Amino acid sequence: MLRYTLKRLLSLTLSLAVASMVIFAVIEVAPGDPASFMLGVNAQPDTLAALRTELGLDVPKTERYLTWVGGMLTGDFGTSYTYRTPVSQMIADRMWVSLPLALYALTLSTLIAFPAGIYAASRRGKPGDIAVMGATQLGVAVPNFWFAMMLVLVFAINLRWFNAGGFAGWDKGFGPAMQSLTLPAIALALPQAAILARVMRSALLDVLGEDFMRTARAKGLSRRQALWRHGLRNALIPVLTIIGLQFSFLLAGSIIIEQVFYLPGLGRLVFQAISSRDLIVVESVVMLLVFAVIVVNFVVDLAYAAVDPRLKSRT
Amino acid sequence: MGHAFKHTFQAALALSVSLLATQAIAKSDITVAMQLEPPHLDPTSAAAQAIDSVVYTNVFEGLTRFMGDGAIVPGLAESWEISDDGTVYTFKLHDGVTFHDGTTMDGEDVKFSLDRARSEDSANAQKALFSGITEVEVIDPLTVKITLKEPNGNFLFNLAWGDAVIVAPESIDGIKTNPIGTGAFKFAGWVQGDKIDLERNADYWGDQPALEKATFKFISDPTAAFAAVMAEDVDVFSGFPAPENLPQFEADPRFQVLVGSTEGETILSTNNKQPPFDDVRVRQAVAHAIDRQAIVDGAMFGYGTPIGTHFAPHHPAYVDLTGNSAYDPEKAKALLAEAGFADGFETTLHLPPPSYARRGGEIIAAQLAQVGIKAEITNVEWAQWLETVFRGKNFGLTIVSHTEPMDIGIYARPEYYFQYDNPAFQELMTTLNSTTDPDERSKLLGQAQTMISEDYVNGYLFQLAALSVAKAGVQGLWVNAPTAANDLTAVSWAD
Repeated sequence: MLRYTLKRLLSLTLSLAVASMVIFAVIEVAPGDPASFMLGVNAQPDTLAALRTELGLDVPKTERYLTWVGGMLTGDFGTSYTYRTPVSQMIADRMWVSLPLALYALTLSTLIAFPAGIYAASRRGKPGDIAVMGATQLGVAVPNFWFAMMLVLVFAINLRWFNAGGFAGWDKGFGPAMQSLTLPAIALALPQAAILARVMRSALLDVLGEDFMRTARAKGLSRRQALWRHGLRNALIPVLTIIGLQFSFLLAGSIIIEQVFYLPGLGRLVFQAISSRDLIVVESVVMLLVFAVIVVNFVVDLAYAAVDPRLKSRT
Repeated sequence: MGHAFKHTFQAALALSVSLLATQAIAKSDITVAMQLEPPHLDPTSAAAQAIDSVVYTNVFEGLTRFMGDGAIVPGLAESWEISDDGTVYTFKLHDGVTFHDGTTMDGEDVKFSLDRARSEDSANAQKALFSGITEVEVIDPLTVKITLKEPNGNFLFNLAWGDAVIVAPESIDGIKTNPIGTGAFKFAGWVQGDKIDLERNADYWGDQPALEKATFKFISDPTAAFAAVMAEDVDVFSGFPAPENLPQFEADPRFQVLVGSTEGETILSTNNKQPPFDDVRVRQAVAHAIDRQAIVDGAMFGYGTPIGTHFAPHHPAYVDLTGNSAYDPEKAKALLAEAGFADGFETTLHLPPPSYARRGGEIIAAQLAQVGIKAEITNVEWAQWLETVFRGKNFGLTIVSHTEPMDIGIYARPEYYFQYDNPAFQELMTTLNSTTDPDERSKLLGQAQTMISEDYVNGYLFQLAALSVAKAGVQGLWVNAPTAANDLTAVSWAD
């Protein structure tokens, strides 16, 4: 297990190093100068030069890259070009919205997908299965921003149960904060739940055809008992993979949902920073998201090994 | 007599009770939404209009200020005298003005602010506003003398810009995140990505505002903007991004729609140095190929006033020159043939993000195609637009709204991105700048408008409308937008 973990750690570090280079290169190459964006069309050349010096944009790119990476290793992400506040502070503030939102959505999606997937697998080919599969087909097809707009229309504009958007802030208490995250979490969760339910169902069906399931039935377990005791655990591997991917997606991919619900989260920060060419913010947030994805994958890898001991010896 | 007294007393009692009741009910806070969040809160070191939209006249004040109708009135300066030759302005400052941190505002702060804006390492986005100043002298704490190189008829107007507000040396270091001004509202907090809070400044030198608290919320998505207003999450949406939804708000008694004018001349900017646009016949052909009303209707859902030159129609000196470039595709084709492009030509059309450009661009490309001009559309972000189009001058056509007030002077700058180089126009602007007589100025401005219109420098489309939605009870908002601002000092809730 230790060797397995070390190997995984090494590949994690390498991935991060490569990612940091690619991110920096790609973002610096994109046209658009942060200083001229900030000063607009009437700025005079000497003013622009003064601002570039102030922002450290006149330093060579390799040097900027090394400063950036070096800073990140010590937890210093630099200072935003436009907001002039430390990037680490901005990310931490936004994390308090994006992370709870991602966890909330993931919890909802799992709570919906597991029962739905198990139910459908146990009713294979029967009307219950067909109904669940039809619903998930719809869930996969509907884009989450459209779904979000429908939720706003019904629950915010017509019924007035929720605000149309915005974040109450954790200082207003747990209830109001969770309430302002509820519609976005549902909008994020339902398409994910649809995918997860389908994966759950097909993984279970695969397992149900295995020899050990027949053995379990042969030794006297009912269909349902065999499913719960032996089937579910073995079906979890593909499901875990999807959950891992979905968590990264929820963290990084809620840009549109954060726009629709105007939530001050990470996605919105990236969106604003890209349009204002706040390069250092874009680079740092993207790097952080890559880091999150890689770490989640690492954890999922470890979880595989826990669920399926055969993986430990194989590597 | 006794009865009359009793009745009067009862009436008075009832009146006072109802007054008390309305006072208790009357809302004293407001939530104003806008599309863009300011990058920081220092109006003197960035071009972002979103900064002025939050802090102008609310937090920061200048020597003079804009009113909602575009008039320039005294701000921190109580009065002023102008020397006979027009080069020396002596400002008398209001007494008893303090900054939000308690320090006194006096002549030294004025000198500091103006010197900072025009200094060598100044980060002021509109440094040119101050370039004519040769000296700022503090005569006494409440008197400041400003000397100009040459007379400048626009000087009081220049001082009203958000870029010319008075700041204090004591608080300048933190100004970007903790703005300390002299205004009727104090900065109270900023949740980045979400909102900015202001609260009433109890020590304000002028009239106390009716509002105690104001919150600015930032909602960039047009659909979300619609939902936020409909769900009554916000009280005002300033600069409403989805004009197609306005009729729905107009029909709803809960809301009022404010349609005003802005200083934004929306133009089809043309690269005057890039062939074939260096030929005035080609530019004229483009002008006649464009159906302005179709663009206003199609891209702006009818909001916007057609213009025929680079000047705001609500300005008294405006001349209606739309006739110079009336929609006439046949004439456009004839002009193209005369210029040697009977079969048309290909060019580029760069479109920045605002919907006037993206939607308008599609319509213009189709209209140009009618006369044989193939305009290849490239959608760009602002940062990219600034680099490629504005600084790189690497474009054929682009659509942009020039929102600075009274900016016809840009046509006197041959290096400006559309590269119009006409010595006669440049001379006209020099004369204008040194003219202070209002009638004479109007005449010169009329000549300038006619000159660029007849030179077909750019395709003149329409004046951008100021569109806002507010709850029915909100009063005192600016309808027009002479500068980027949400002046809340006169805003209140109707009973």
